[in-house]
Amino acid sequence: MIRLADLSIDLGEFVLDNFSLSVDKGEFFMVVGPSGAGKTVLLESIAGLRHPSGGRILIGGRDVTGLPPERRRVALVYQDYALFPHMTVEENIRWGLRFLRDPDPGHVEGLFRLLRLERLLERSPDTLSGGEQQRVALARALAVKPSVILLDEPISALDPRFREDLQDYLSRINREGMTIMMVTHDFNEVLSLGHRVAVIVEGSLQQVGDVKTVFREPANRLVAEFVGMKNLFPSSVKGRRACLEGGVSLVLNGQQRVGECLIGIRPEDVMIGGDLLEDTENVFSGRVVSIVPRGMAFEVVFQVEDLRLTGRMLSSALVREDVHPGGECRVGFCPEAIHVFKGDNPI
Amino acid sequence: MSGGISLDRKFRERWFMLLMGSFLVVYIIWPLAGMFFRADWGLVVSTSRDSVVVGALWRSIWTAAAATGIIAIFGTPLAYFLARQDFKGRSVLEAVIDVPIMVPHTVAGIAVLMAFSPKAPAGAMLVKAGLSPVNSHLGIILACMFVSIPFYVDAARDAFHGVSPRLENVSRTLGASFPHVFFRITLPLAKRGLVSGLIMSWARGVSEFGAIVIIAYHPMVAPTLIYDRFATFGLKYSTPIAVQLILVCLGMFVVLRVLVSGKRRDGAGS
Repeated sequence: MIRLADLSIDLGEFVLDNFSLSVDKGEFFMVVGPSGAGKTVLLESIAGLRHPSGGRILIGGRDVTGLPPERRRVALVYQDYALFPHMTVEENIRWGLRFLRDPDPGHVEGLFRLLRLERLLERSPDTLSGGEQQRVALARALAVKPSVILLDEPISALDPRFREDLQDYLSRINREGMTIMMVTHDFNEVLSLGHRVAVIVEGSLQQVGDVKTVFREPANRLVAEFVGMKNLFPSSVKGRRACLEGGVSLVLNGQQRVGECLIGIRPEDVMIGGDLLEDTENVFSGRVVSIVPRGMAFEVVFQVEDLRLTGRMLSSALVREDVHPGGECRVGFCPEAIHVFKGDNPI
Repeated sequence: MSGGISLDRKFRERWFMLLMGSFLVVYIIWPLAGMFFRADWGLVVSTSRDSVVVGALWRSIWTAAAATGIIAIFGTPLAYFLARQDFKGRSVLEAVIDVPIMVPHTVAGIAVLMAFSPKAPAGAMLVKAGLSPVNSHLGIILACMFVSIPFYVDAARDAFHGVSPRLENVSRTLGASFPHVFFRITLPLAKRGLVSGLIMSWARGVSEFGAIVIIAYHPMVAPTLIYDRFATFGLKYSTPIAVQLILVCLGMFVVLRVLVSGKRRDGAGS
């Protein structure tokens, strides 16, 4: 549906360089990266609001690189909703219809129902809550039947209680066939909504792939840090063994290539005490350095010989194993949890 | 003043500020009010039937309006450009636009006169087209334009600045062409600031004397006539016209303000 070929965008301070990626029809595609990585600008370029300094943009097989925004059939929804303050909710949603060749009144009525807007139609946008404004902005975008909608961090700005609500709406819209490209800086949103994801860090595309793959097998250290793979260790791999600096030796899953490389373990995969299966091969004795609450779970740092191992666990597990700072406990992970990075450079 | 006491405790500093500042408010109101109270209203009424006075007042109103109209046509695109485009020489360009505020008005008049005198190329072109820039309505309009430009362009630039470019972007992606977006989204949202700029520009033109008197002593606009009466007959005969001019200006000012502030449903999505 969308294909970016060698796209370059000059952002003044930095440059998004030589981007190539494609989004399939009906896909929920995520673009993720730290704030200020140029994600909004990427969306604006696809929508035709900025000129790329190089490369081509194809939408539905048509080269739209030189087309003005009104002829691309790409709808953009901003993080701050950008509702027209001098119009009612209904006038906002119907704004784009006048430019359609064959407007379909039934379609808009359907959107009112889908996004539960019937009772808001006469209101002025500035009297609405954030969640309601976002729904109006979505309806306004969908009203013109775009071939794809671009969402700029639609969830982050909302009150927490509206977030799940909006996620449900978005996945419903996607299930009804709409292609969605959404940028966010929050990997949790990627996990709950996305099919595939592109990770942008420091102005370049680090990895594109299936959400689970990127989450479990990040391409490099930047992506790993971004997706929360906290345990990254340089090691030298030989056969099924990885030797870490300081002498700790780990058992890997299957034969790996030989050489110096980076390995990573997700904190969710770190287990303690009774969670450890009898045949888990990587089990160590560790000292608890710190316990920090992180939302519903706790982040626990263990000292295992020379290594600092970060685990994420529920309070029930901490109580059961009597984990407290300074205490000792059995800590480990199974071989499948170890990701061996492909790159040669174990920086 | 309800709640005056609690305000007094909480914001004692602000009362001091108000006390200091009220000097200036009084300084504006006192002389104008004095003029009204001391004016010979019999003379005001009789001069309001004097065709010379009425003609001069009317001339002031329409020439300033014409100048403002021309400024709006060219100044609106300029203001929009300044509000939207970031470029290297912007502060220089903005300073140039504000020059007429700094220049003494007689100097402005001399500069405009030199530029449009029949000997100068621009003036020669106007003369060839059958228009006389000196001692004519055209001359008055040219002088008014020069001094009024910054008042409109600055206000319009700020008004456009207050309209989020994202509103324009979104409407483009929904299928609207640029002119459509400009007239249906940007202009309505910037309306208050634009009208305020028009009022300022027009008021500046009506009150202009120094620049006009140099390029066109005749036909007389109201400020020139007031000066002329003052120089020939003295205070007594210039005051009635001054009172009338103030009444006309304040009247326009109040009417336009009320018209604009009647609708308060704009203010740009920020």
